[in-house]
Amino acid sequence: MARQASPARVLTTTIAAWVVGFLIFFPILWMVLTSFKTELEAFSTPPSFLFFHWTTENYATVQGRSDYVHHAINSIVIAGGSTLIAMLIAIPAAWSMAFAPSPRTRDILLWMLSTKMMPPVGVLVPIYLIYRNFGLLDSRVGLVAVLCLGNLPIVVWMLFTYFKEIPKDILEAARMDGATIGKELVYVLTPMAVPGIASTLLLNFILAWNEAFWTLNLSTSQAAPLTVFIASYSSPEGLFWAKLSAASTLAIAPILVLGWFSQRQLVRGLTFGAVK
Amino acid sequence: MGRITLEGVRKSFASHLIIKGADLDIDDGSFVVFVGPSGCGKTTLLRLIAGLEDVSEGRILIDGANVVGVPPSKRGLSMVFQSYALYPHMSVRGNIAFGLKMAGLPKAEIDRKVEAAAATLNLTPYLDRKPRELSGGQRQRVAIGRAIVREPKAFLFDEPLSNLDAALRVQMRLEVTRLQRQLGTTAVYVTHDQVEAMTMADRIVVLNAGRIEQYGSPLELYERPANIFVAGFIGSPRMNFIADEAARRYGAATIGVRPEHIKASRDGEGWEGLVTDAEHLGSDTFLHVDIAGIGNLTARSIGEIGLSAGDRARLLPDPAHIHRFDENGKALHA
Ligand SMILES: Nc1ncnc2c1ncn2[C@@H]1O[C@H](COP(=O)(O)OP(=O)(O)OP(=O)(O)O)[C@@H](O)[C@H]1O
Ligand SMILES: [Mg+2]
Repeated sequence: MARQASPARVLTTTIAAWVVGFLIFFPILWMVLTSFKTELEAFSTPPSFLFFHWTTENYATVQGRSDYVHHAINSIVIAGGSTLIAMLIAIPAAWSMAFAPSPRTRDILLWMLSTKMMPPVGVLVPIYLIYRNFGLLDSRVGLVAVLCLGNLPIVVWMLFTYFKEIPKDILEAARMDGATIGKELVYVLTPMAVPGIASTLLLNFILAWNEAFWTLNLSTSQAAPLTVFIASYSSPEGLFWAKLSAASTLAIAPILVLGWFSQRQLVRGLTFGAVK
Repeated sequence: MGRITLEGVRKSFASHLIIKGADLDIDDGSFVVFVGPSGCGKTTLLRLIAGLEDVSEGRILIDGANVVGVPPSKRGLSMVFQSYALYPHMSVRGNIAFGLKMAGLPKAEIDRKVEAAAATLNLTPYLDRKPRELSGGQRQRVAIGRAIVREPKAFLFDEPLSNLDAALRVQMRLEVTRLQRQLGTTAVYVTHDQVEAMTMADRIVVLNAGRIEQYGSPLELYERPANIFVAGFIGSPRMNFIADEAARRYGAATIGVRPEHIKASRDGEGWEGLVTDAEHLGSDTFLHVDIAGIGNLTARSIGEIGLSAGDRARLLPDPAHIHRFDENGKALHA
């Protein structure tokens, strides 16, 4: 029953989509452009769009002043570690909520989600003190833990919605075939939920990569990821737009590349169930 | 071995009692069919045996050992689901082999068994296909293959043929029966198709609203139904029930006569009435006749007997086949 769209309609929706897409993309484009300007041009009014003196000196300065690789490795360890641990906890949790629900399961899910409604500042002081007493400040372990716990509700919730779509019969068939719960998870549920698990993994990795509140507050140098690397360019000596842009571009580059290559997977995962 | 015994099994979901006390003894190697109206608890009872649901009360014994609390994976039974429930990400080979892999059999032995099962079920050409590339009938075979390859103590079937078309259903019915005889494995089979129940079963369990109404061989149920429910449920078209005056003459609260035990004629003996409908099947004729003081009765005659709607007819029940029931619906035996 596909509606035949008129050419005019196709044209207007296409233009609208491009406009919206461009608006969303513009800040990133502007950041990348600015990173190739001199500090003076970065400030100039009216701003120059393409016709300025292209330079890579900002990247050289940034690399010379702070250790990009050190921060990038921290970002990878923290985002990757917290995502993996969250998945290991969330897959069995979501399995039990989807396939062995109790009368309280819905409440638990809502309660978990409600923890995301509280602003994190609310628990900053207690967590800061706990971390200080346990020597977790500025440690990768501490950041992995806090990001993992922070994202867990969303991960469980997402996996739960994907698992809900899997027919219960198939898991029961595995049980009848002699699979223990562990084997059922590894050999049947996980392979069947690959699109959902992959998109949850990616989304959670991106969220953890971009997370700035906890990383900025709980780390200074040793464990500092790229968010701290960017933030260090917006401080004492005043703003250096071009260098800040260069740092930011470097910081988001890996995730941008990852997102680009996995966009098909991401879209498929995020619309899983909605489009059959 | 595969003897299954149920002792006082009850099952409630939340506060609803769904299985209201089931006692059953299923002999090793027998083919037992559960029938009953929709929602009477057939699937629930099967899932209790499988271990996919926990009993609320009572015991389930397999070969004399209580399996209450034993997970399904350890009960040594296999199940064929109505939806087939094949693993979509595995090939036919992977699907059939899965149970053997879980049991930790060596690869060579798995391959040998899978190929033997595939050959039995004519699945050899499809071993490397995914379930989505198979027809409904082929998927059904894979599901059966997955069940037989493990050499379980018993097969549990939940309406396995209900998604197939009529012709295929008849063919698969024969195949399943033949396979079960050949393997000699106990089978518990849920269906609401009477023909399946009558033709496949060694013994039938008639369930109604969570209770076992009768447990017996197909002919026992047909010839000596324990109560009005079973009498009305087994047999097609349904048994005719007559209450009040006519029944009292036989010393019963209700009497029942099957349509095939009523002789219809234009002007012979018996109750007289008006033919409201006549269904001519060629091989049989079903007459629906309105009789004053008795009600609407169905009579089945072999071939054509030349009566149509609007005619007057006479119906004579065969006295040897009149079933008598007391006021609680229980059968009275002379
Ligand atoms: N998980 C459950 N939670 C609550 N009630 C249930 C559950 N499973 C089954 N029931 C109820 O138990 C009763 C029996 O269900 P069951 O599926 O065993 O019926 P059935 O005889 O197999 O019917 P059908 O022929 O339609 O398949 C139904 O009233 C059903 O609503
Ligand atoms: Mg059922």
